[in-house]
Amino acid sequence: MDLSKLTIAEARRALDAKEYSALELTNAYLAAIREKDGEIHAYLEVWEESARAEAKAADERIARGESMPLTGIPIAVKDNILIQGRIASAASKMLEHYVASYDATVIQKLKMQGAVFIGRTNMDEFALGSSTENSAYGPTKNPHDTSRVPGGTSGGSAAAVAAGMALVALGSDTGGSLRQPAAFCGVVGLKPTYGAVSRFGLMAAASSLDQIGTIGKNIEDARTLLEAIQGHDANDSTSLPDVKASQSALKKRVGVPRAFLKDLNPEMLAKFEDTLASLREAGYEVRDVAIPALEYALAVYYIINPAEVSTNLARFDGIRYGHSVDAEAIQDVYMKSRGTGFGPEVRRRILVGTFVLSSGYVDAYYRKARVVREVIRADFAKAFESVDAIALPTAPSPAFKLGEKSDPVSLYLGDIFTVPVNLAGVPAISVPAGTVQRDGKQLPIGFQIIAPHRGEEILFNVGFDVEKAL
Amino acid sequence: MTDVDITALAKLARLDVSDEETARLKTEIPGILAFVEKIQSASAHGSGEPLSPLLRNVMRADESPHESGEYTERLLKAAPAQKDNRILVKQVVSRKNKQ
Repeated sequence: MDLSKLTIAEARRALDAKEYSALELTNAYLAAIREKDGEIHAYLEVWEESARAEAKAADERIARGESMPLTGIPIAVKDNILIQGRIASAASKMLEHYVASYDATVIQKLKMQGAVFIGRTNMDEFALGSSTENSAYGPTKNPHDTSRVPGGTSGGSAAAVAAGMALVALGSDTGGSLRQPAAFCGVVGLKPTYGAVSRFGLMAAASSLDQIGTIGKNIEDARTLLEAIQGHDANDSTSLPDVKASQSALKKRVGVPRAFLKDLNPEMLAKFEDTLASLREAGYEVRDVAIPALEYALAVYYIINPAEVSTNLARFDGIRYGHSVDAEAIQDVYMKSRGTGFGPEVRRRILVGTFVLSSGYVDAYYRKARVVREVIRADFAKAFESVDAIALPTAPSPAFKLGEKSDPVSLYLGDIFTVPVNLAGVPAISVPAGTVQRDGKQLPIGFQIIAPHRGEEILFNVGFDVEKAL
Repeated sequence: MTDVDITALAKLARLDVSDEETARLKTEIPGILAFVEKIQSASAHGSGEPLSPLLRNVMRADESPHESGEYTERLLKAAPAQKDNRILVKQVVSRKNKQ
């Protein structure tokens, strides 16, 4: 089997036809990890023993003729998703030894299918960053050029799939954390509609933005994994009711907010235009759409995100979970545990969040941001009245060098095309769309498709046409 | 640039921050605030009717409880210090303050 090309559909066929066993498939991935991950560092922990046991159980199930779409499929899991009895650290020293008390709903669903959990993947600490350099355990390297970042925050998941060290992966996306690393690593990253996948058992970063999603080599793989994990969950109050997707005929109209692309690097713009041209050839009408509030998206995001992060991470106090520094009085336990357990970017976000929520500033920052967020949402809804999908580049550049963006604001600027999606709560996908050359290496870039609320099928349909063209 | 009292902010956030980091944050945090300052020029009025908010607070109904103690051991295990089915908490009032 060629792991660099293997898809879920092909693995399913071969497993059910007994061409190889789930155990052999898992062993092949474990061997690939041993060979490559020393350099790439996509994994924080590889679960060799339990993965083999899960693969054997999958083989028994296949032998009984009871296989499901993901039975025996090796999956990598981002380090902020809980599996009972295993460490989940969110790539933080704060949770270095934290053992999950229960299964996330998505894990329960995958266990029911008999999937194989290969290991937990590296990420930016508590899902804050865009490069996986904020991991407390060292950065992940981009498989296409190991002097470059894989993107983030789900950088380990994207790199693992891109390097053939997992067939598919779970991740989470708060402001682009599945789509941007997928673009940088040349794979597909899917952020579903807010509420489409239960977040029970996902460590909360910014709760009004967080969404679990999937990474695969192609759209079909990302979609198969989504189908296995989506659905209503009584344990997540933001989870949407199950509805049968009303698939109205796609009119093949794609909108492009041109005014928002005026500062894009000409080479990246030209690549984006190439993909639009191939969509036109496939029968799409590409038209300009106005989403004026997009220009405020980064500012809104970098107020709401730290505000919610500072609130959510208040639970890490040295008393209830993880890292604890002994002190005489409780206030000092809090201060010292948090001061030593959290890394620099987490501390920065907590302080910014505390500032924008503090008395005297909350109206000018947090409350204003919430109002403008509603304007962004309304602008998207209005744009979707005249088009089926909206297209944007996934990121303004290909993968950058490790250490290249050391000041926080320069890193935040790279999220310009992904954060509006989370603010609006709509689904989006990043599909590989060619490469650009940097320092003699071909680096992948992504084409982002955005659909209205619950419009995942639209993403897949347009995405398939992008895949076909390239 | 907005003047930010990092020490006061860190105290509010219950976060020990070293002097060296405080010095760095004195330029970084106002830099981030300047970056988001653009929000002040945004109009608070949308182009059309306000959408019904997608987000709402939901409290779980206080009913059908699970068997008492079913999850106690598992949840206690997550705490750094426990004793006799309880999470150990440091004293809330320090001796120094009592004197």
